[in-house]
Amino acid sequence: LAGGIGFGARAQNTLEPHSWEQITGYNNFYEFGIGKDDPAKNAGAMKTEPWTVKVDGLVDNPGEFSLADLIGDIPTEERIYRFRCVEAWSMVIPWNGFELNKLLAKVGVKPEAKFVAFETAVLPDVMDGVNYPILDWPYREGLRLDEAMHPLTIMATGLYGKPIPNQNGAPMRLVVPWKYGFKSIKSIVRMSLVEDQPHATWQQTNPKEYGFYSNVNPDVDHPRWSQASERVIGAGLFGGRIDTLPFNGYADQVASLYDGMDLRENF
Amino acid sequence: MMEWIFAKISDPMTAIATFGARVSNVARKVPTWPVYLAGMVPGAWLIWQTVFGGRYIDPVRALETQLGLYSLQFLLASLTITPLLRFARINMLKFRKVLGLLAFGYLTLHFLTWLFLDLQFRWGQIGADLVKRPYITVGFVALLILVPLAATSWQGAIRRMGAQTWARLHRLVYIAVLLGAVHFIMQEKVWTLQSIIYLIIAILLVGIRLAWIRRW
Repeated sequence: LAGGIGFGARAQNTLEPHSWEQITGYNNFYEFGIGKDDPAKNAGAMKTEPWTVKVDGLVDNPGEFSLADLIGDIPTEERIYRFRCVEAWSMVIPWNGFELNKLLAKVGVKPEAKFVAFETAVLPDVMDGVNYPILDWPYREGLRLDEAMHPLTIMATGLYGKPIPNQNGAPMRLVVPWKYGFKSIKSIVRMSLVEDQPHATWQQTNPKEYGFYSNVNPDVDHPRWSQASERVIGAGLFGGRIDTLPFNGYADQVASLYDGMDLRENF
Repeated sequence: MMEWIFAKISDPMTAIATFGARVSNVARKVPTWPVYLAGMVPGAWLIWQTVFGGRYIDPVRALETQLGLYSLQFLLASLTITPLLRFARINMLKFRKVLGLLAFGYLTLHFLTWLFLDLQFRWGQIGADLVKRPYITVGFVALLILVPLAATSWQGAIRRMGAQTWARLHRLVYIAVLLGAVHFIMQEKVWTLQSIIYLIIAILLVGIRLAWIRRW
């Protein structure tokens, strides 16, 4: 595993992060509106201090924690990751955060736990989107436990060394760089360790188009568009489409998680 | 003044006719070229913004979606001309072709944006998308339908084809506008009020024609 991470670190050095304006001005966060610029316009009203996260299910230390208590003394580090949206566009983002496995170690995962489920806040006063049945609120996502424990999986609390802006999922969001962006759930208020595969919002909304795994895969198209290539945001009018890499370029580190699985079946 | 208002209320049909005649009189005096120009302004502004303005973080997407939307809007507008004449006696028939051609122009730019700026000459993917992706197929069929309509939009074409054949051909616009509105809905990840409203307007405007055609 260490070798895999080393390769990742080397590959990371070649990545040129997108600008603050691009990363914070072009977002999908349907709670704040469907347009790409809606979250930047509307998310400012959300108060992220204080912020309570409920930890429940198959854990040794369940409870409701303030974010500061939950994170405690886990140090944050920078991770420059590719970000690939299921809509076939991509960016490179310099996150600040910590490995999710460190948080899981803190809350104590019971041996029966097989999955981690996450929930986004539902704040009707500031999130106009949740007043409409666009999706089945709250937004929910989940990971298999080994995916959650993987060292590439992080909880992000910052961007470019600053606190993460609301439109990017303040105060704490998941980042799973080898999966389509919607798996990286934002503004988390609940984390549950569970035995069965948890509810995932997009999978439930349209199971033919969005799978539970949603690993970036150029060989498995979205029914309505090809996933073989992606448009790099900000690359100009003429030069921005590149080939999509299996597992978004992190195959060396994560492909073994899915050994023996049919990735067409489990898309 | 009160008398005038009562007159309107007591005889709404006359009121509509007078109002319609007044608007028609103004419309008669306006040549078509300023309408062409005005119709190009939003597109020119959009292109200016995407190329030089730096307003859009993803200019290709902005260009693609907005050009498609303009096309649908102008097509719907062109289909309101005849109902306006029938129901409100407002005669703007000479602008129908202008609006239709503007719609076709925006649609062509929308298609070219998809082809060259979005998919960037990846012909394999373009071909596969046209065949495999229903919303792209639907949009492409709408474009193909509108080609012969745009090509026969000049006065001489009506004379050469005969008015009846020409009119029959141009009824294809009803199919195209429905496909356009459906294409708009189909490309979205969730149902939005905006796209549903466009489809409802398209269905209403085509529905009126169906009622008329049945009566003929």
